[in-house]
Amino acid sequence: MDLRFSDAEPSAEERAAIDAFLGAPTTGWEGGIRSDGDLRVAVGGHEARDRRDLLLPALHAVNDRIGWISEGALDYICRRLTVPPAEAYGVATFYSLFSTKPRPARVLHVCTDLACQARGADAVRRSTEERLGPPGMSWQPSPCLGLCERAPAALALQAGEFPGATVYGPAEPAPAPTGGANGSGAANGSGAANGADQAHDVGGAAGTSGTGTTGTTSGAGGADTTSGAGTIGATSGAGAGGAGRAQDLSRLGGLSGMDATGGPALAERAEPPAEHAVPQAGDPSLVLLRRVGIVDPASLDDYRAEGGYAALREAVRIGPAGVIREVLESGLVGRGGAAFPTGRKWEATARQLDHPHYLVCNADESEPGTFKDRVIMEGDPYALVEAMTIAAYATGCPKGYLYIRGEYPRAIGRMAHAIDVARARGLLGADVMGQGFAFDIEIRRGAGAYICGEETAIFNSIEGFRGEPRSKPPFPVEKGLFGKPTVVNNVETLVNVLPILAGGAAAYAATGTEGSTGTKLFCVSGTVAKPGVYELPFGATLRELLTLSGGATGTLRAVLLGGAAGGFVRPDELDVPLTFEGTRAAGTTLGSGVVLVLDDSVDLAHILLRIAEFFRDESCGQCVPCRVGTVRQEEALHRLSRRPTAGDIALLREVGQAMRDASICGLGQTAWNAVESAIDRLGVFSPSEAS
Amino acid sequence: MSVPLQPPRRLIEITVDGDPVRVPEGSTVLDACSAAGKDIPTLCYGDTLTPKNACRVCVVEVEGARTLAPACSRRAEPGMVVGTATERARHSRKIVLELLASTADLSTTPRAAEWIEEYGARPDRFGEEAATVAQPAKVDNDLYVRDYSKCILCYKCVDACGDQWQNSFAISVAGRGFDAMISTEHDAPLTDSACVYCGNCVEVCPTGALSFKSEFDMRAAGSWDESRQTETTTICSYCGVGCNLTLHVQDNRIVKVSSPHDNPVTHGNLCIKGRFGFQHVQNVASQEDAIPVSGPVSSSVSGSAPGSVPGARTAPADG
Repeated sequence: MDLRFSDAEPSAEERAAIDAFLGAPTTGWEGGIRSDGDLRVAVGGHEARDRRDLLLPALHAVNDRIGWISEGALDYICRRLTVPPAEAYGVATFYSLFSTKPRPARVLHVCTDLACQARGADAVRRSTEERLGPPGMSWQPSPCLGLCERAPAALALQAGEFPGATVYGPAEPAPAPTGGANGSGAANGSGAANGADQAHDVGGAAGTSGTGTTGTTSGAGGADTTSGAGTIGATSGAGAGGAGRAQDLSRLGGLSGMDATGGPALAERAEPPAEHAVPQAGDPSLVLLRRVGIVDPASLDDYRAEGGYAALREAVRIGPAGVIREVLESGLVGRGGAAFPTGRKWEATARQLDHPHYLVCNADESEPGTFKDRVIMEGDPYALVEAMTIAAYATGCPKGYLYIRGEYPRAIGRMAHAIDVARARGLLGADVMGQGFAFDIEIRRGAGAYICGEETAIFNSIEGFRGEPRSKPPFPVEKGLFGKPTVVNNVETLVNVLPILAGGAAAYAATGTEGSTGTKLFCVSGTVAKPGVYELPFGATLRELLTLSGGATGTLRAVLLGGAAGGFVRPDELDVPLTFEGTRAAGTTLGSGVVLVLDDSVDLAHILLRIAEFFRDESCGQCVPCRVGTVRQEEALHRLSRRPTAGDIALLREVGQAMRDASICGLGQTAWNAVESAIDRLGVFSPSEAS
Repeated sequence: MSVPLQPPRRLIEITVDGDPVRVPEGSTVLDACSAAGKDIPTLCYGDTLTPKNACRVCVVEVEGARTLAPACSRRAEPGMVVGTATERARHSRKIVLELLASTADLSTTPRAAEWIEEYGARPDRFGEEAATVAQPAKVDNDLYVRDYSKCILCYKCVDACGDQWQNSFAISVAGRGFDAMISTEHDAPLTDSACVYCGNCVEVCPTGALSFKSEFDMRAAGSWDESRQTETTTICSYCGVGCNLTLHVQDNRIVKVSSPHDNPVTHGNLCIKGRFGFQHVQNVASQEDAIPVSGPVSSSVSGSAPGSVPGARTAPADG
């Protein structure tokens, strides 16, 4: 390739941010200072081009520091990584957390998605708009932030040398600042002050006085940094021991910018610990959530004291084939929504002759109303590290990528810390547990794209391309990440492996039903008394789950199962068993475990419009049925919400059928599911509803 | 010219609309359908490109599959049972045509009107307010025009410009979803991009969104008339490679240059000289001719079009 760069130069700060991640450039060819010596070296070939996968973290580095990506910064990244500028621009504009236009360092993302919609997101949106002006600059509406138990939610991302994040949940308009009640002026002024405080938040261990710098690198910023920063984090973690870390990390769960007065638009409050999202926390019958709220998420010793790493020892005892056999016999199927048998996926990958094999843990949890993976990563991070290690051991992967969505700063910080500590203790690295197999985990941070949770789009995103799904076949087990055999599993799926190995496949399969074994995490949100993540054996009914979560706050109108890609059930259908086969027989889906409760205070047409808007926003644009179909679906729903006509419903059905039949990936194929079920099962837009 | 012989390939048998078809192993379903004499519409499929299967207008029903399959990229497997005209397949094709025709200007897309008729597509039923990609054409150089109101985002130009042929990577898809569009970095004009004006993107564009400036101007003037055009394939005289050029001539003037896709040297690709460097052969004609004279961009082809910018030497840099 013959690269052509523009004359745009990066600012000193942009250059510093990129160099901090990639190291200083060695020659003028890569954007360093030109010297005569450059004429005697050639920079090119595979060595130069093989770093394409660093594009996304490099874009993050600039966006984290400056808040947006300028022409000069993009150009410099391209020089450093030998990437054509047009392609890098295509990647940067793909993600909603990046901006290629100037914007303030602090950007507030106000969730307007389903669960928040049901709990007053409109009011938050209005008050934010009153204080900060029209969306686009210092704030923007956001798809689901995965904070549904604390709806309505918002997330502020602060760029700077120590990038920070503040979570607002529930988001409430801030009391008028004492100084200047006039919103926008106060907001802008306080931005920088907040930033300094929020360094604690994302930065992981930054709370301790002397270790500010090292701590920050092991947080969100350091998550992407493969070499230096990781080591610093690991050493300080191991050196300081569990106790010191624990304190720092418990601060993570807590305050962020609490000291800052006159917050921008929303009232700041401490972010509650992860177990806040688990109403059953401490219940001895829990399996997947049993350690959440019991162990200190920062302490490996705590984790081991609660049975941690027993499963990996068992795995090593029975060998890779034994692990796969146990997982096959357990009947475990994927929890991400597609319900594919995990053991078969592992077996198929393990058998591939092409090497290396890769493991990808899909933590790009973006289905509206889903937040279970966040709770696991925040409350029991070592469980995921151990589960990934077992999966890698069984399928022969020397390297695993943990792809976490960018909207989860606390989960990223905790996972980064857990991985560092595990590495320092020999539980990751060249010789895991002294058992002679190598495995390490690299965290990759998403940048705001639902589609990157699709099992092949996630590969493109990691490789530094636009997160567009690939066409299958070939399937990931043959050609996945970097064209190699890849096993890709959801967080919840992976942590199920721990009880399977600890107790044996037979004991695991004894729970649940024949077609759906084990327990399932349900993300209960919406107008319900006790929203949160619930763990129940497969086969429990929706009614039992609703009873457990305190029931709807008003008169129950409908429950959305499976999220935006799922389907509605009526109040008279609450006895549907929550199993893959049971929900399928009832004409809906379990999906990723979303249970969105809607009482009669919620405007269903409004919810449908939000679903349509979600798919329109999140379609990658690759195939016509989805790219245009989701737009036409939204347009028709707007017309229907004004005046229901049979013609528009027929139009929706026809477009929906084509999206389902002809789209490349699951996004387009399911974009019409919820709307269809609302029309058919709930009678939304029916003549009676219209009158 | 010797073309290396492929090793013999095993034949496999599949069923297309109830009839057995035998095709060499590795063929696509589209190959099999063509062999069976079926006319499957295609837009993003290019005979010289790896199928992107983005447009989904070629979908067929494969027995046992949950969703429809794109014929252009799905490999034929022994025993596959394919339906090309099933209700589901026809329905999806109809909707795809409606979605495209309601979004983009398909007036210069070959066969689009015929398919819309055949499938009974009614693009107007999405209403007056249906979102479109309508926008002014980008005319930023003298050689070719980008009229993205006709773009269906088939990715063929990106693939031809990028790793599949030219390796220039001047354009990419930017943005997401309905807002996605073909773009240079920061939407810069082509003259500031990595474009080398090979025109290989124009060659593969299925809708006429990319066109020669000469064609674009003639269409605007209403003088473009393919029925009066002849196509003559000759050999490019610029260098020794010997690429085949197909000269499209109307009223004794060259209006467009393409290259045969089955030519083993070019596969339809040319360089700036072969593609656009034809003006000198017709400069003898009267300057008052109705056809606008399209000269190459002076900066990018200085030296390759002799005499195109006589006396255009700039003053010395220091003075």
